[in-house]
Amino acid sequence: MRQDIPGTTMFDGDQAQKGLALNRMCYSFNSAENRAAFLKNEEGYCGQFGLTEEQRAAVKSRNVLAMIAAGGNVYYLAKLAGIFGLNVQDIGAQQTGATVDQFKEKLAAAGR
Amino acid sequence: MAKIIGGVATTHVPSIGKAIAENKQNDPYWKPFFRGFDYVHYWLAREKPDVAVVFSNDHGLNFFLDKLPTFAVGAASEYRNQDEGWGIPVSRAIAGDPALSWHIINRLVADEFDITMCQEMLIDHAVTIPMTLMWPGETWPVKIVPVSINTVQHPLPSLKRCLSLGRSVGRAIQSYPQDLRVMMVGTGGLSHQLDGKRAGFINKEFDKLCMDKLVGEPEALARYSIHDWVEQAGAQGVEFLNWIAMRGALTGQVSEAHRNYHIPISNTAAATVVYDNRDEAARRAA
Repeated sequence: MRQDIPGTTMFDGDQAQKGLALNRMCYSFNSAENRAAFLKNEEGYCGQFGLTEEQRAAVKSRNVLAMIAAGGNVYYLAKLAGIFGLNVQDIGAQQTGATVDQFKEKLAAAGR
Repeated sequence: MAKIIGGVATTHVPSIGKAIAENKQNDPYWKPFFRGFDYVHYWLAREKPDVAVVFSNDHGLNFFLDKLPTFAVGAASEYRNQDEGWGIPVSRAIAGDPALSWHIINRLVADEFDITMCQEMLIDHAVTIPMTLMWPGETWPVKIVPVSINTVQHPLPSLKRCLSLGRSVGRAIQSYPQDLRVMMVGTGGLSHQLDGKRAGFINKEFDKLCMDKLVGEPEALARYSIHDWVEQAGAQGVEFLNWIAMRGALTGQVSEAHRNYHIPISNTAAATVVYDNRDEAARRAA
């Protein structure tokens, strides 16, 4: 598959293989009990799911672009972001280097 | 015989579930979206469907990336929702129609669509939010047959393939002996991108083109590659696969009865359409 859309990572077989452990951990966050366990002992929880060093560092830094580079899929990462009370405007702002207000304004501007 | 009465397609953004739970339908931010459902409610009250076939994509509730079917058809007597980890309220369960599901499954496989059959299937917000938007009351007046399309992990099925899948579902329903009024639902979209430096991408002109072409010329949209679709509609804009499958299942004379389009709801260009489907016999009688 061509990979030439700027600012876009196709979640393909390469990404899926790379991100399996990270995405599996995020999938576990469908359970409130698991979300609480993560908050209680983040590093231990990441270890339990066998995250790579790159994935652990990305989670620790809360950096969504780094999580995507480490194979994270955005639908799964959104479950992780939810634990920190972040919605898709918050993570959109973070990924584009904007404030949340600037990001929301960009969305609104697309409709004008 | 079963009759296909028409279809509804709508955005399924999770935050809509929160807005409903918090009664924000008339807030200035939400009103332009929710008021688009006044006509949908009128149409549903007039058309009185018995069953809805719902084309949608799972976001990590029923399926994980370890085993991800390209196409999966539910064959359960009841479909439950569960915690999706995003803080949206858990929806009440929706009844299924296993006999119709198995008829569709048999016909799809006979038609060489090698689908996955699910006697148990959790439904996520991509099903429950459109259902709640269409029927905000306490009970569901319809049963559902959920059809799950992979829009998450590439390679995705092509637009052409999803249009053909919908057509095969439409033919299956037309051959079902029971007198049922069946509607099609397609969920998700339109243009949006959640991930990467291109997050926040929305393409109003392309969305308009999609809605204009989908009614009478879906083949024109089926010519796009997935790569080109991501470029034009954003990484998650590929949820349009559910829309084109819905359109494919409308096998008669199709016309647009309603369209509502508003930017933004969350990070998404929000759209709702209603299509009427008049079958050949009705057309000849008219």
